[in-house]
Amino acid sequence: MLEIKNLQVRYGTIAALHGISLKVERGSIVTLVGANGAGKSTILRAISGLVPVADGSIEYEGQPIANLAPHKIVARGLAHVPEGRMVFANLTVMENLLMGAYLRRDRAAFPKDLDYIFGIFPRLKERRKQTAGTLSGGEQQMLAIGRALMSKPKCLMLDEPSLGIAPILVRTIFEKIIEINQELGITILLVEQNANLALEISHRGYVLETGRIILEDSSEALRGNQQVRECYLGGE
Amino acid sequence: MIEFLQQLIDGFSQGAIYALIALGYTMVFGVLRFINFAHGDVFMLGAFAGLYLGPRTLKLFGAGPSYIGAAAVMLLAMLVCAVIGIIIERLCYRPLRERPKLTVLITAIGVSLFLENFGQFIFGANPKSFPELINNRAFELPEWWGQFSALTITISQVLVVAVTLVLLIAMRHIVLHTRMGMAMRALSFNPVAASLMGINTDVVISFTFGLGSALAGAAGILISIQQPSIDPLMGVNAGLKAFVAAVLGGIGNLPGAALGGILIGLLEYIVVGYVSPTYRDAIVFGVLILILLVKPTGLLGSSEREKV
Ligand SMILES: Nc1ncnc2c1ncn2[C@@H]1O[C@H](COP(=O)(O)OP(=O)(O)OP(=O)(O)O)[C@@H](O)[C@H]1O
Ligand SMILES: [Mg+2]
Repeated sequence: MLEIKNLQVRYGTIAALHGISLKVERGSIVTLVGANGAGKSTILRAISGLVPVADGSIEYEGQPIANLAPHKIVARGLAHVPEGRMVFANLTVMENLLMGAYLRRDRAAFPKDLDYIFGIFPRLKERRKQTAGTLSGGEQQMLAIGRALMSKPKCLMLDEPSLGIAPILVRTIFEKIIEINQELGITILLVEQNANLALEISHRGYVLETGRIILEDSSEALRGNQQVRECYLGGE
Repeated sequence: MIEFLQQLIDGFSQGAIYALIALGYTMVFGVLRFINFAHGDVFMLGAFAGLYLGPRTLKLFGAGPSYIGAAAVMLLAMLVCAVIGIIIERLCYRPLRERPKLTVLITAIGVSLFLENFGQFIFGANPKSFPELINNRAFELPEWWGQFSALTITISQVLVVAVTLVLLIAMRHIVLHTRMGMAMRALSFNPVAASLMGINTDVVISFTFGLGSALAGAAGILISIQQPSIDPLMGVNAGLKAFVAAVLGGIGNLPGAALGGILIGLLEYIVVGYVSPTYRDAIVFGVLILILLVKPTGLLGSSEREKV
């Protein structure tokens, strides 16, 4: 579904990614783990067209998408829930969700999709008339995911959904990610610092270090890997 | 009392024009976070569009001045200005999108100076008399108004206020209830998030420049109906006042721009009437500074809310 070859990204003159290659199979959950500043968000930003690709290729459903404008990439069914959530703080929960459906013309289908989102995140339903800025961090994360779902994506990229969120909500959100993957058949590319949890729910994982992939394997194998256990799983 | 009311009436219609121009400053600030200093000169170009297109357009609707003819001239001027605004953004500001804001700001000053001098070169530096689009005269106020029948209210004043009101309501509708308005608001809140929603930010920015410039064009025609002598530097003062109005109301805030415009207009006429014409600008800017000292975000602005 998504295949990246030798991706290189620079911020100014500083290289953030030194040739990343990775593959996301249709219907799977793939996770990227790595320390702060390893370049995880940069990979997602490059896929979404938010930062220019200096070299390498990104193919989505067999089509090259590197350096396309972000709105064109969204239109192809690739949604990105950015780091820090970026909900529209001054708009209501409902308006945020509708903003996610910006490119869609099938207004008649909105109620059904909203129902689904309110079904997995009942909190959003209760707070649908509230402005997003008044939500807790966890609720904002739910909103950001719901908003992305409103675009009817085929592939969903999530950047650190657990960041700054109460531990019980993190559990809930990860359960919903599995649900979205299984029930809607949406392919998921997940970036997480909480490697434990991420490798638990994903099929495949990549370990990133300073702009390079140093390990890739099935998530199960990675969880058993000595190096991963020491560096990312709290060294049990 | 009558005299004071008269100043208020004159100030209000002047303020309505500032409000129209101020909306352009505030909208562009909302989506791009920079001040388009060339905006006042687009207003000037609107007046000149009326000067050249006016007589020909009026002929289409019969020989003399007419409301329908005036409306057609105004729409044409709005169109011309919208195109000019879009071209300015495309050629001068878009290539600098990723550069520091200061670079764009200085470019805007450059564009402004260019338009002013280009205007003097093409149109000539002397004031031109604007064609008569409507038969402007003062209303005969009925006897039973008593002492108030001594007031002077002109057709153009009523027209200016009415047209401004209609344009304000239309703007509000566009921003709050259309897809493009939704995109403008999203862009002003968070450009990255907006583009991740599938919003084509270039198109929205062009639209914003077009809309703001069209309003400036309308203002250019309205002021020329009231004060039918126009020159290529007329945008300097009006632009500055409108910019002050936008800041006063809270830059980025639409109702704020309208309110700021009206207040500046009223203040100007009160100062001219009761203090001295010489101190007009000094006092207007003095009040601006005072208000910003007390409320740095402007009257209706609140740090990061209600942009666009
Ligand atoms: N806008 C930017 N300008 C310059 N350098 C940047 C920019 N954004 C990121 N970087 C640098 O690129 C590298 C990768 O950053 P990135 O945000 O992709 O890391 P990350 O793995 O997502 O980290 P985190 O876990 O903290 O989110 C870092 O060294 C960072 O300092
Ligand atoms: Mg990151």
